[in-house]
Amino acid sequence: MMVPLDPCNKPTSQRRITEGDTVVVYERHDSMRAVTVSAAGVLQNRFGVFRHADWLGRHFGSKVFSSGGVGGKGGRKAGGGFVHLLAPTPELWTLVLSHRTQILYIADISLVVAYLELVPGCVVLESGTGSGSLTTSLARAVAPHGRVYTFDFHDQRADSAREDFEKNGLSSLITVAVRDIQGQGFPDEYSGAADAVFLDLPQPWLAIPSAGTMLRQDGVLCSFSPCIEQVQRACETMRSCFTDIRTFEILLRTYEVHEGALKSATVNEASSEGCSLPGKKRKIRSAGEALDSTQTSSVIARPCSTARGHTGYLTFARKSVQGSQTGAAEVCPTS
Amino acid sequence: MAQPPPQTPTAVIPRAAWEGCSVLLDINDGDRLAFFRLTPGATVKIGDKSCSLQPLLGRPFGSLFRVGPDGLLPCQDDDKPRDGGAAEGQAQEETRDNRSLVDNNTAQTLSSEDIEAMKREGASGDAIVEALIANSSTFGNKTVFSQEKYKLKKQKKYAPKVLLRRPSTRSICETYFKKYPARIGFMRVDTLSLMLSMANVGAYSDVLAVDMVGGLVVGAVAERLGGTGYVCSTYLGSVASSIDIIRMYNLNSEMTSRIFQAPLSNLCSLKSSGNAPGSVQGDAVEPSAVPDESLQSSLEKPSDTEVSDGKAQSTTAQPIVIEAPEPSTDEHLNRGDIPIDIEAPEPATDEHLNQGDISMPDCKGNNGNSIAPKAPRAGKAPSPERMKYWGEHGFSSLIVAAPGHEVESVVADLLPLLSYSAPFAIYHQYLQPLATCMHSLQVSKMAIGLQITEPWLREYQVLPLRSHPHMQMNAFGGYILSGIRVHKPDPLGARVQEKSSGATESMLVSL
Repeated sequence: MMVPLDPCNKPTSQRRITEGDTVVVYERHDSMRAVTVSAAGVLQNRFGVFRHADWLGRHFGSKVFSSGGVGGKGGRKAGGGFVHLLAPTPELWTLVLSHRTQILYIADISLVVAYLELVPGCVVLESGTGSGSLTTSLARAVAPHGRVYTFDFHDQRADSAREDFEKNGLSSLITVAVRDIQGQGFPDEYSGAADAVFLDLPQPWLAIPSAGTMLRQDGVLCSFSPCIEQVQRACETMRSCFTDIRTFEILLRTYEVHEGALKSATVNEASSEGCSLPGKKRKIRSAGEALDSTQTSSVIARPCSTARGHTGYLTFARKSVQGSQTGAAEVCPTS
Repeated sequence: MAQPPPQTPTAVIPRAAWEGCSVLLDINDGDRLAFFRLTPGATVKIGDKSCSLQPLLGRPFGSLFRVGPDGLLPCQDDDKPRDGGAAEGQAQEETRDNRSLVDNNTAQTLSSEDIEAMKREGASGDAIVEALIANSSTFGNKTVFSQEKYKLKKQKKYAPKVLLRRPSTRSICETYFKKYPARIGFMRVDTLSLMLSMANVGAYSDVLAVDMVGGLVVGAVAERLGGTGYVCSTYLGSVASSIDIIRMYNLNSEMTSRIFQAPLSNLCSLKSSGNAPGSVQGDAVEPSAVPDESLQSSLEKPSDTEVSDGKAQSTTAQPIVIEAPEPSTDEHLNRGDIPIDIEAPEPATDEHLNQGDISMPDCKGNNGNSIAPKAPRAGKAPSPERMKYWGEHGFSSLIVAAPGHEVESVVADLLPLLSYSAPFAIYHQYLQPLATCMHSLQVSKMAIGLQITEPWLREYQVLPLRSHPHMQMNAFGGYILSGIRVHKPDPLGARVQEKSSGATESMLVSL
């Protein structure tokens, strides 16, 4: 259950892995996959062969070892390979889902959820559904009584997304529909009922008037576009019935941490053998066995050398409150 | 409304201001940002005029007001400033530039006496702005963009606009970050949002929080919980850290009742009880070890455990103590009051800041959307049953925001309180404490997926043919260390391999 729908089905230390659960198998920070546990199931990876049967009854978060006779290479001692079994969360899901489209990652996702001001109970419209990365986080934000209505014009993608949501126990929070939002706009039945609308479309300006009709007053619209030209045009369209239009770009810088010591500038080189600026991976020392006492070892950090340079621009806008005079609502042009 | 909004029986987000609610006033497009409580006597000082806030009652959030002869008046549609306004569309044929601009202060022929006279005769602010434009000899030569700029500048001075905003995590964090960053440990809104995601905060979560940023984190978590789950704000020592910022949120009684405060020492005593992670027998362990008496006695200390009436809150609530001399602490921080109106240079508005003026929002007045007639106090001590539950089941995630503290030992104490596979996010304004903390977690193998992240946020000006990043940007919003607590392998794990010599077993246990 990725998003608990009642207090009983949240993951706690009492929960054990049972048949049918989805676990995220964590090999390394950059290598994970989602696995549905079945008693007869077997997982084989570079760390060995893992029988699901060994996982049953264990805690989420457990470290499990491969069963004897590692499959082939690896070169490790038999049974030495291990993985961790994690409870799925929207963040982990984003890392393991199958990419049917470009997806949104955690930085953009969390800014979207915060700026759309989503809280439990909200109604949010999304188009397109894509691979469902953002959708899953939207569902968590509005659970347990809110609703995400998500639209994609691609039949098969909508089906795959629906299956994923079903498998992750999100069906009661997410409704997937096939619809060309650029061409047809959002369905009239949600008119004035949406607390927030999210657009990830190649020509967002075509859907913006409809988004304006769907939103409650002071509700927030977000449009995600990789290109500034798309943003430009979207913003021009937004000006007719939105205010507070703001465009952002968010990126993450990550840091690597090492234990090491820098060479002293005064001591001669012979004694600097303990020096170890990170080059290759070193065994992490336990706290007790520090470097020799003449060296002052310390933990040092630096930014990782590679990073995502661009994802997209996020443009947020607020549905205008019409002159504070009731009755004067909905003057957005509808096409 | 052209048609009534269908379905969604109760709109969860209040869309209009009500008596007693907390509001954020944005005066002149961000020049001044101030929180107010809509009590009958509340006023805002704009220029030299003190305006009652009564006209805001019942008005939708997002409404714009101007200052009329008798106080605040809602703006009509046509006098709303529009983003990008007149500049739109004319960008392409712009040929004017500043070649003939001479800065000799003679361009304006209207004197300050003339303006005073106009004011006395009751001219509106907009009329004065028009007159200034008509009497400016250079206005016509300006580009459309600088004309807009000129107008806006004059409008701010002579016809100030007041925007009624709804306090939410987004607006509260942005406001503090813009006007009072030290108070929230320089935590930017994108950093806060990232932490809420990383810590998997959602309905029915049991979130353990260390909030030394005034209650911003606790308030944000409570908002995401939406009246379900729990947030337990823990603190070092015997005095709870202030979480007064939660008063800016319009949390209803249900949401408020989900906020608890407990000293770290109490929580740590849970660790040795029921939840022994290594025990093979597992789930059936009776948490008999919960030290009932000690729990009881320490529960009494921090504050009254009873759900009491609203009055008690302001007094008992949170004795504000700056727990440590934070390096970044500026003089504002040392004042006991809440910087509700956090605009520094205008002392006249400061009265709204004072605690006396804002009675706890959560307990009074907001019956409009609260379920119970009387709201419980935020931050009461958890009941022994609740503590026992947390001891057995673990918290579902951890957020630490102690920007002036060393975090390594705190995190070492707190992680065992989490359920297995629970994610956590540790904030800091400095990198080094997180690096040290991350390294020690790597060594202890208590967590995996460890990562230090720094978000970078850039805002853009988007105008036809004039799009570019803002000339000024904030360059730093804080660091986050995130990870996932894991279950350390127990002897059973070793046995399952059927090759557990005594040595391997003990080695595994010690991992």
